[in-house]
Amino acid sequence: MKNNLFESKLKVANIGMESFADSLAENSVETVRVDFTPPICGDSSQWSSVYKKISSINKANKIASDRILQAQPFLIGMGKAGDLVPGMKKNLILHAGPPVSWDKMCGPMRGGVMAALMYEGMAKNPQEAEKLAASGKIKFEPCHDHSCVGPMAGIISYSMPVFIVKNKKFGNRAYATMNEGLGKVLRYGAYSPDVIERLKWMENVLYPVLKRAISYLGEIDLKSMTAQALHMGDEVHNRNRGGTSLLYRTLAPAVIKTSSQEEAASALEFINKNDHFYLNLSMAMSKASLDPAAGIKNSSLVYIMARNGTEFGIKVSSLGNKWFTGPAPVPDALFFAGYGKKDANPDIGDSAITETNGLGGFAIAAAPAIVQFVGGSAKDSVKYTEKMYSITCAQNNIYRIPALDFKGTPTGIDLIKAAKTGIMPFIDTGVAHKEPGIGQVGAGVVAAPKEPFIAAFEAFVKSI
Amino acid sequence: MPVKTLIKKGLYFDSVSLMRIAQKLNSLPGISDSAVIMATKENKNIISSSGLLSEEIKKASDNDLAVAVKADSEKSAVQALSEAEKLLSGKKENKEISGSLRACDISQAVSMSQGLNLALISVNGRYAADIAKEALEKGLNTMIFSDNVPLEKEIELKKIGAKKNLLVMGPDCGTAIINGAPLGFANKVNSGSIGVVGPSGTGIQEFTCAVSNLGAGISQAVGTGTRDVKDEVGALTTIEGLKMLSQDPRTRVIAIVSKPPQKKSLEKIISFVKKIKKPVVTVFLGSSQEYPSVKNIHTAKNLYEAALKAYILSKGENPHLVKERMYNEKIALAERIKKEKAKKREYSKYLRGLFSGGTFASQALYLLQPVLGPIYSNIPLSPEFKLKNSMKLEKNSIIDLGEDEFTFGRPHPMIDYSLRKKMIAAQALNKDVSVILLDIVLGYGSNMNPLAELSDTLKEAFKANPSLSIIAAVTGTDMDPQNKKELMKALEDTGVMALENNYAAAFAAGEILRKK
Repeated sequence: MKNNLFESKLKVANIGMESFADSLAENSVETVRVDFTPPICGDSSQWSSVYKKISSINKANKIASDRILQAQPFLIGMGKAGDLVPGMKKNLILHAGPPVSWDKMCGPMRGGVMAALMYEGMAKNPQEAEKLAASGKIKFEPCHDHSCVGPMAGIISYSMPVFIVKNKKFGNRAYATMNEGLGKVLRYGAYSPDVIERLKWMENVLYPVLKRAISYLGEIDLKSMTAQALHMGDEVHNRNRGGTSLLYRTLAPAVIKTSSQEEAASALEFINKNDHFYLNLSMAMSKASLDPAAGIKNSSLVYIMARNGTEFGIKVSSLGNKWFTGPAPVPDALFFAGYGKKDANPDIGDSAITETNGLGGFAIAAAPAIVQFVGGSAKDSVKYTEKMYSITCAQNNIYRIPALDFKGTPTGIDLIKAAKTGIMPFIDTGVAHKEPGIGQVGAGVVAAPKEPFIAAFEAFVKSI
Repeated sequence: MPVKTLIKKGLYFDSVSLMRIAQKLNSLPGISDSAVIMATKENKNIISSSGLLSEEIKKASDNDLAVAVKADSEKSAVQALSEAEKLLSGKKENKEISGSLRACDISQAVSMSQGLNLALISVNGRYAADIAKEALEKGLNTMIFSDNVPLEKEIELKKIGAKKNLLVMGPDCGTAIINGAPLGFANKVNSGSIGVVGPSGTGIQEFTCAVSNLGAGISQAVGTGTRDVKDEVGALTTIEGLKMLSQDPRTRVIAIVSKPPQKKSLEKIISFVKKIKKPVVTVFLGSSQEYPSVKNIHTAKNLYEAALKAYILSKGENPHLVKERMYNEKIALAERIKKEKAKKREYSKYLRGLFSGGTFASQALYLLQPVLGPIYSNIPLSPEFKLKNSMKLEKNSIIDLGEDEFTFGRPHPMIDYSLRKKMIAAQALNKDVSVILLDIVLGYGSNMNPLAELSDTLKEAFKANPSLSIIAAVTGTDMDPQNKKELMKALEDTGVMALENNYAAAFAAGEILRKK
């Protein structure tokens, strides 16, 4: 093989001094300017041990990311958390993100816990609920450790109805509650009587209606629905209007066939008024798609990112069930009138599972309607998506972006690539008020914090 | 004098940007010294000697950016730090350059631009090798401008390059010209049939400019990095470059510009040259060894002679003509030298060479020591003439301002003239200094306004010492952004003896200082 540099047109990748690229431009040499940031962690001996094993790491990551791509998540039914969720108990409350004790919980999560205790009839009023929550009689565990996901506070208690999403390729299941809508809602930490009342209506009316309709339909292919939603301007995290519409269109005939006119109308009306109804399904679908990527030796693929409003946590395929955590950042957001950054709670919710699955912020180029969150122009959103290809293992085979000529979304975050480039996963998200009971105050974007990735990198290097 | 510190946690800039900021801080009123660094262990060690290592910086980590200023008052220190803050926050905006592509890493760059064939790497030396490895894996030739890359990494990279038939120029490769495009610190030269390879960056600049100014042209200039001819590396890139040049149909004459290679490297180079069917001009600065058994080798003792030989050979003429030409050119300088000698007084005695290019400093040492006797230096020809303090010049002395001792925390002296200006001014105050010898390197990467920067200092120097001669060798071409011809004329107008190359400048200095 001969080096034919001297016979070819010179084309340069310039990394480092910009002035060198300027000189090349002056001499009409085609130049790609490569941004450089040093690795966020690791000394040279750690990196050389990574590079030594890089081909087996890449192989393992290929297996893991293939599993994500092969996932076949279907909505197959509904039931009560107590009956379905593995390890669910009456005195257990599941929450978003990595583990957190009551004394470390942020306001909105505490509010959500109090709402759940009143909803379950374990407390009559907020004071009682607070006391009970702090008493040690109630156990708190992450949704993720029970095959569940929940947006924002992510609270799931024993009698809450949940969707069942089954990954037909691998047989695993994931669960999520129904979305309550915007405003004063439990997931943002609201616990007033109207919040509890709505939850009761959802349990007594909405749940049976949807359960009958889903069982009438048999199953709903969520992957295909999500792929279509991306072509309708959703990224299925901060924008779910397309997904919700598709779901509505699918459910409506079955709802009408299986419920009374009055119940059908109220259920459909509820979904129609809540653009985010699809979010909990896109999350459960992502969870069901990602779980099979866990437990692959030498794989540095991140299969969970989640926040509890205090900490941001990740899990890595080859590192068992261990959470790696760091402080949760406060999102950069557009705020509703009357609120500002001082009101914002640090990042919260399991919804970053969508980004982990190549959706949400990773697919923001598909959602021009919400580019105000990322600088205002469609070009900005394309840039954000483009950047994520540098830290992912694969391009999605099903989720594709029209604006990128139907390129597959960046899928399967690679811990090594993130640590090396310093590019952190980009998440778009709602923002909760830091006091319980107030609800959502804005929406925006946030980069994952570096600390969990640094901690996971250290553990990963030891493991290889 | 108060030292004040600013720590920016997790903020990263490449060292060149940091040095530019430090340069700006140093120019602020009341600031005597400053450092803007990533707070690595090495950097902390280096700034501790200048008294800038504060407790806060000691505590900062590798990923933190630290600013320290030494000021004459609390107020100037605070002002300087707020200026630093402004400079640091202003930069990181994603500079939108129209029509240019931006990538997050090498892999993305490769996928963005079809036919990408070279990576030009100038990041901090700690990271350069890993990036170069990635580039090689993607099938790119590399030029690694960065220095401070561990030797074993260099060897590893060059072995990969040799296996994959890819060029690994560097680490510490300052200059290359590939397919006519200047890479790093390089000049705009005629394109032609002379190819050059070697570890000396400024040597290659001088050679390519001389060839171009003679009216011939350069096919390719392949830098190898300063350590390539060490035996540990074994001239891997030099050989790869020779191989490519020998196969390149446009290259008719090849030149090797180097300090003397170590033994095994030299053997490898010579035995490879034997196999080449083109004439090869070698200049191994400081070595006068000839290779009578190798028919196609033409040895030269200095860079200019090498350029002349390559030029003559490229025209198919007899290289013996070079001697005569060089003699005539020296004769042509006689008038000008006489004029300078006429200014001298009895106390005019000594030479002070202030060089920005290491190769120029050492070539001047080789040329002038036989004429003037011992020359003190920070890179002396023999250790007993090592300057105790590189800032304190004595008797006849020549210093290389590009050495690490001078370049930490400030840009290279080819870019930043401030230190050299200070030293010119200081030397001019000594009446016994008769000649100040300078190099001015033009081209891409170098200082863009050499005249504007130097002219006041030069005028002041002549005013302070009317019997002083200042000789400047200008390395460059008329096509360079700074334009050599105009610069030389302007220098002559200020009273400087401006010459085309280091060889002529050293000759003139020697003649002026020669005792009858």
